[in-house]
Amino acid sequence: MLLVPCPYCGARPEIEFRCGGEAHIARPADPSALSDAEWANYLFIRTSPKGVHAERWLHAHGCGRWFNAIRNTVSDSFLATYKMGETRPDSAAAESTQGGK
Amino acid sequence: MAQSHRLPKGGRVDRARPLTFAFNGRTVEGYAGDTVASALLANGITLVGRSFKYHRPRGILTHGADEPNALLSVDRGTGRVDPNNRATMVEATPGLKVASQNHWPSLEHDIGAVNDLLSPVLVAGFYYKTFMWPRSFWDKVYEPKIRAAAGLGVAPDLPDADRYVHRNAHCDVLVVGAGPAGLAAALAASESGARVILADEQAEMGGSLLHEITAAIDGVSAAEWVAQALAALASRPNVTLLPRTTTFGYYNHNHVVLTERVTDHLAQPAARLPRERLWQVRAKQVVLATGAHERPLTFADNDRPGIMLAESVRVFLNRYGVAPGRRIVFATNGASAYRAAADAKAAGLDVTLVDTRPEAAIGPERALITGIPLLAGHTVVGSTGGKALTGLIVAPVDSAGKVGARRTLPCACAGVSGGWTPSVHLFSQSRGKLAFREENDAFVPGTSVQAERSAGACTGTYDLAEILAEGWAAGRAASGSAGTRVFSATPATATGFKPARVLPTDADPKRVRAFLDFQNDVTAKDIGLAVREGFQSVEHVKRYTTNGMATDQGKTSNMAALGILSELLEKPIPQVGTTTFRPPYTPVTFGAIIGSARGALFDPVRKAPLHDWAAEQGAEFENVALWRRAWYFPKAGEDMHAAVNRECMAVRENVGIFDASTLGKIEVVGPDAAEFLNRIYPNAWLKLEPGKCRYGLMLKEDGFVFDDGVVARLAPDRFHVTTTTGGAPRVLAHMEDYLQTEWPDLKVFVTSTTEEWAVIALQGPKAREVLAPFVSDIDLSPEAFPHMAIRTGHILGVPTRLFRVSFTGELGYEINVPADYARAVWEALYAYGQRFGITPYGTEAMHVLRAERGFVIVGQETDGTVTPDDLGLGGMVSKLKPDFVGKRSLARPDMSLPNRKQLVGLTSLDGTTVLDEGAQVVADTAQPVPMKMLGHVTSSYWSAACGHPIAMALIEGGRARMGETLHVTTPAGFTAVKVGAPVFFDADGKRVNGAVIGESTHG
Repeated sequence: MLLVPCPYCGARPEIEFRCGGEAHIARPADPSALSDAEWANYLFIRTSPKGVHAERWLHAHGCGRWFNAIRNTVSDSFLATYKMGETRPDSAAAESTQGGK
Repeated sequence: MAQSHRLPKGGRVDRARPLTFAFNGRTVEGYAGDTVASALLANGITLVGRSFKYHRPRGILTHGADEPNALLSVDRGTGRVDPNNRATMVEATPGLKVASQNHWPSLEHDIGAVNDLLSPVLVAGFYYKTFMWPRSFWDKVYEPKIRAAAGLGVAPDLPDADRYVHRNAHCDVLVVGAGPAGLAAALAASESGARVILADEQAEMGGSLLHEITAAIDGVSAAEWVAQALAALASRPNVTLLPRTTTFGYYNHNHVVLTERVTDHLAQPAARLPRERLWQVRAKQVVLATGAHERPLTFADNDRPGIMLAESVRVFLNRYGVAPGRRIVFATNGASAYRAAADAKAAGLDVTLVDTRPEAAIGPERALITGIPLLAGHTVVGSTGGKALTGLIVAPVDSAGKVGARRTLPCACAGVSGGWTPSVHLFSQSRGKLAFREENDAFVPGTSVQAERSAGACTGTYDLAEILAEGWAAGRAASGSAGTRVFSATPATATGFKPARVLPTDADPKRVRAFLDFQNDVTAKDIGLAVREGFQSVEHVKRYTTNGMATDQGKTSNMAALGILSELLEKPIPQVGTTTFRPPYTPVTFGAIIGSARGALFDPVRKAPLHDWAAEQGAEFENVALWRRAWYFPKAGEDMHAAVNRECMAVRENVGIFDASTLGKIEVVGPDAAEFLNRIYPNAWLKLEPGKCRYGLMLKEDGFVFDDGVVARLAPDRFHVTTTTGGAPRVLAHMEDYLQTEWPDLKVFVTSTTEEWAVIALQGPKAREVLAPFVSDIDLSPEAFPHMAIRTGHILGVPTRLFRVSFTGELGYEINVPADYARAVWEALYAYGQRFGITPYGTEAMHVLRAERGFVIVGQETDGTVTPDDLGLGGMVSKLKPDFVGKRSLARPDMSLPNRKQLVGLTSLDGTTVLDEGAQVVADTAQPVPMKMLGHVTSSYWSAACGHPIAMALIEGGRARMGETLHVTTPAGFTAVKVGAPVFFDADGKRVNGAVIGESTHG
């Protein structure tokens, strides 16, 4: 079970959280301006990288807040968590995609 | 016979505390401190089971967790029968009843042993090749027969009488294994005050030191060193010692799971104790000191009872004071068996040692066996005896592999040693990368992935002084204060072995049955067969031969199979790779995993505030999400059908009362509340006046219906939103997601109020008359309080949010009151309502009543692929709003295709058949199979008000099929139905207004 560092509550076990998939995919300001393909891309298409990945997490059974996390999908280590609306930290993005401590 | 093989002295058993237990009904004598295995051997019992496939007689192979053969059913009383326990791990306790498995009629005379004669055909893959045809035999004949013939123990058929608990723990350092490395690590880690947990699977801590009678550590005997170490650890408040605790799973982020056997070793455990305790440990650092497993040797008939691992012979002699035989032949390819032979000789036994290595290759261990006959450069080609070993057949082998003349060495016990395999299971589970080390002929821990380090024999270090030093250094490093310490251990440990695969033999290899996996009856030639048939991946060979797939997970067999595979494929072992180690390390009881989550605690049950009233009235209940809801209220002599018909007619003719408290409720508050709902729902909200309600469908961004409910505006900045019973949590989560992540600028709070408000639905033409006397500050007149309105006020002096809404089509109210007052209000209404024929109704009647009016239930009429228009509710989707969740998806061309599945009503042409919900609908029953399926029945009931069955269905292009006859599958075939609008009663919707004719609203 992962230990997820909630930016509001600190490290808590994974069972308290829900992963909400890839982060930093903003809802288009004017969906009607998008083609069907563009809308489908927004709605369904996600990257699934081997290595560093930015994800949305919800501390559902805790503070109830959504936040973003940088997780290495190979090692499962969390490199950073940050509040919604904050920009993705650069240091985490620079980490090797092969992961591990 | 009793204790015929107990040595006159020695061992750690308590000879002052004798005990007896039963094996297959026979009394076995032993002492406190014995395992079942050691006591059986002390009583001269070597035949303890039959093998899985060939039913070959089997004895005790090992002394610990790696035991593949000696699996017993343990009976501790009614509800406490547990199969497949390793005799080497079960502590002997007074009154225990153990029994061997997998034989009929008895262990000594087993009919299934005929399989052994059939072994030439029962090779690896036999089942796959043989039981292919006919297909119809798979489930009915082959599987039951094979399962009956094979299989291990018998699963218990009574509920487990014991209690199991879970416990969470945090520590700075978790040390797994309390042998020399683990003890040293725990001592070092705890010195600085770090919180240390030390866990060991055995009853006594000390590991290999418990049977080490010759070595001295830092000037004291090994036994004394263990005693001092444990005393020191026990005296430190920052140390938790967990004996009888198996660390079986190593998961992410140093989440390590242990199972502690609390009471199995107690003859009369205190009632307050659980049988087992599952520890979920989150450790900052982990030290793995899990030791190594000895390898058997691979030769013909190497599975005869009496043949056991050399180190196990030593353990039974030194730790338990038991001689597994008076005459013992040790056979080995390495040094460690020399110590075992020396200890056996010292115990007064007749000992011979056979070494596959030539004399010149034997190291300093040679000096250990002065006075013991040594046959160097000899191979083992077989064994003699039936159900018990009588001799080992050996022969000289030269450097070219040529085997000379055979001779039989008579013996009752053979101690075999094929070298050692580090126990890297937990390291591998932690996702650490293994490295193959040539000098150990084994995989050892390579690169760690988690905050973990290994020490001692599990890293391939076998010298005692080095093991202690490694453990110490690992403990210090784990506690954050690097440091080393030199230990003196004398005499030096005899280590090293020359890897052997299948021992050289002069026999026809096709006829040699040399077992690798004793539990699954896999022989060396099975590996060859798998390779000849094209299996090359180690994972495929494992599954095809089942090597390593038994309950012992191949602890004694994996490396042997891997070595043979490597030779056959002519690839070095690192290129062949190893199979994946997965939890659990050893079998874990279901009880420990489940813990207290059984019976009433298996799944939480939510009870609405009026639950007890319904139960007192004799209601039948059904599960809806986690709720228990009153399903119907049968009167004496009524079946469900009769009760539901009565309840429905009461609502249509008089008045019914219904507990709707499980409806999800969300309070949406804030200056932007209306704007928020405007974006979340497809219909318009900005102009809804306070005091009014509106029915809303909620869509996900993909345009499909996700939930529905009535929303009431209480004030410009306050809404009372209702959701479906099952959907309440996900609707709240959906709202929070948008508020927090997409529209954080909106000033809105959303709060679940599901459990704060109880909801009493009062429905029927006489509802207003029942309600009126209790409400003083709300004008109930139709003009002042029309359908789809909400008023706040008081009922019986209790604050209420009173909704004028109807899910039945009748004049109706939903009375929201604080949950604590629900019963008082309900009982007052019920008592007064008697004069109007008030009738409590349950969820089944509620379903029928709403279906008669064609009201949908999300999750019944919808399945995540249904749009508002598919339900015939396209009209409530705003055309004017520029955006709302789901709008863009509804504009996709596929969402408006005319042949989408659309909601229609179905009536059975015969006037009597109630369709099956989920039944498929076709246009033409004469068409060939597979038929074109047009859709399915979503809801179906008998309607008392209509006097005929009613059903709703999602049908391709359904709205264009009005009046058509279609056919619905039934258990017997098909029944014909007529397609109509999904409304069966009061099509104009006039009854919500009682006698007054007014607007029709879908609510």
